[in-house]
Amino acid sequence: MTDTTAPIDAAAGSSGGRSVAFRTKIYLYASLIIVAGVVIIPLVMTALGGFKTLGELRGNSFGLPHEWQWSNYADILISQRYWLQMGNSLLIAVLTVFLTLMLSSMAAFTFAHVKFFGSGFLLNYFLVGLMFPAATAILPLFIRIRDLGLLDTYWGVVLPQVAFGLGMSILLFRNFFRNLPSELFDAAFVDGAGYLRFFWSITLPLSRPIIATVGIISFVGSWNSYILPLIMLNSESKYPWPLGIMVYRGEFSTDWQLILAFVTLTLLPTVIVFFAAQKHIIAGLTAGAVK
Amino acid sequence: MSQTSSVADAAPAVTRSPSIARAKRSQIRGKLPVLVLFLPPALLLFTVFVILPMGEAAWYSFYNWNGYGLPDQWIGTRNYELIFNNGAFRQALINNGLIILISILVQIPLALWLATMVTHRIKGAVAFRLLFFLPYVLADVAAGMIWRFVYDGQFGLVAGIFNSFGMDAPFWLADRQVAFYAVLGVIVWKYFGFHMMLFVAGLQAIDKNVLEAADIDGATGWQKFFRVTLPLLGSTVRLSVFFAVVGSLQLFDMIMPLTGGGPSNATQTMVTFLYTFGVMRMQVGFGSAVGVVLFIICVTLAFSYKRVFMKND
Repeated sequence: MTDTTAPIDAAAGSSGGRSVAFRTKIYLYASLIIVAGVVIIPLVMTALGGFKTLGELRGNSFGLPHEWQWSNYADILISQRYWLQMGNSLLIAVLTVFLTLMLSSMAAFTFAHVKFFGSGFLLNYFLVGLMFPAATAILPLFIRIRDLGLLDTYWGVVLPQVAFGLGMSILLFRNFFRNLPSELFDAAFVDGAGYLRFFWSITLPLSRPIIATVGIISFVGSWNSYILPLIMLNSESKYPWPLGIMVYRGEFSTDWQLILAFVTLTLLPTVIVFFAAQKHIIAGLTAGAVK
Repeated sequence: MSQTSSVADAAPAVTRSPSIARAKRSQIRGKLPVLVLFLPPALLLFTVFVILPMGEAAWYSFYNWNGYGLPDQWIGTRNYELIFNNGAFRQALINNGLIILISILVQIPLALWLATMVTHRIKGAVAFRLLFFLPYVLADVAAGMIWRFVYDGQFGLVAGIFNSFGMDAPFWLADRQVAFYAVLGVIVWKYFGFHMMLFVAGLQAIDKNVLEAADIDGATGWQKFFRVTLPLLGSTVRLSVFFAVVGSLQLFDMIMPLTGGGPSNATQTMVTFLYTFGVMRMQVGFGSAVGVVLFIICVTLAFSYKRVFMKND
């Protein structure tokens, strides 16, 4: 696959003949449109499928619905479960983001600015968390949450989520704090500010970009998370939407038109927010990976 | 800057000012409150919910325990023997390996190829980037459910294609031989955009002068790509492979709506195996042992990969 890149790269990079450039353009668009089709067709057909009848899904896979079944969507939108699940997901995500930002920025600040015995060791201690997923310790985690009486509560999902995100968030915050000009620190010190003032009045206001990055990473992770709620929550009234999809599918097993409508509606907020804030979201999610 | 110089002026020897500033840091107010208030909350949460559970997994893994009372039925390494003699686990191990292999051989080259295309100055390049990244932000569960529909032999899109040719539609996800390849397709669909975006960032960081210099020296497109672009993307490729490996090892959410690990364990991954055989049956000892194996694999891979390939990054 990589082989094909070379000629294109050459044609567009150098000032090759006009006809080559034109042929390259055709080639580029043809390839991109094919890939785009593979990406978008399952999504569009899912949304359209929600407007069809079950029989039509069988006979008319790719066409527009003959008669738009608005009721498939309307029934879900007036149902309590959809809004409840969206609300649960939002609540869990907001709590997760808030706690993650607070705990990791404070911890990262000490690592970046305060010299104390064992700081190197403690930082590495947190970074151990980067190396394995929550799933490895899911059973002891379940038992711990149960013994703490947090089973079937939002906190039983939020606290482990925050804990497993700390390694990455602390690393991102610490690197950002360390790259702030050290003159700021000296200036604040000369003006008589202590660490607390410096953190609150100088560091945090300058840290909006990294707060956004960490916030986006933990929000998206929480909003989409499945395994922790699956294990920690029992009552359907507390389920976030990814669990809700699975329950819905279990209930309406072959009524695909309803399942498709439900999946579409649960994905709608993600898609809208993604296109509205694409720059920040892409930057946030890839920055977390690169740094 | 002006503030620093004022610190320097106050110091007896200007050249020693940085060390004086540093020495005085120890006298800054609030060091103790910061240490007491700022670090312990994170430390406590991390220890209680990450480090202790991992240690407990190692402990429980030597017991036969259903999770109630205290673990008291010590069975030595029996759980580990059971794991490695378990056909489903071996399948899961192979599958995780295959996912990594496909990521490296198919997904990353595809991502790199697309990245070189969407970094051209053509109309719509940014729109294509966005579109390709979209599956990555969708939840794995939702993506799995969408593709369960796509692959459905009765109502799905694949069925529609087969039917339009007058053929009987296959049930790929129910076919032992095919199901795992169908799952691999979804993985590539979901994650290539993320890797592409890493490469877009990498490509944009390459100094255009280097490529122009290669042009002047008469390098062909192929030479330029393999001798200039690709070596300069080295750290991005290594990072991309790293994420493919880490992602493979924790793959779970997408498998559950697609196949749940079936048919007859053909699409099991290590985490779905842990869930099916450890969590569902409340075999805490056995499930913990699976977790420990997974942990050892993760840590070994992460350490050796970082040491061998990423030491300069």
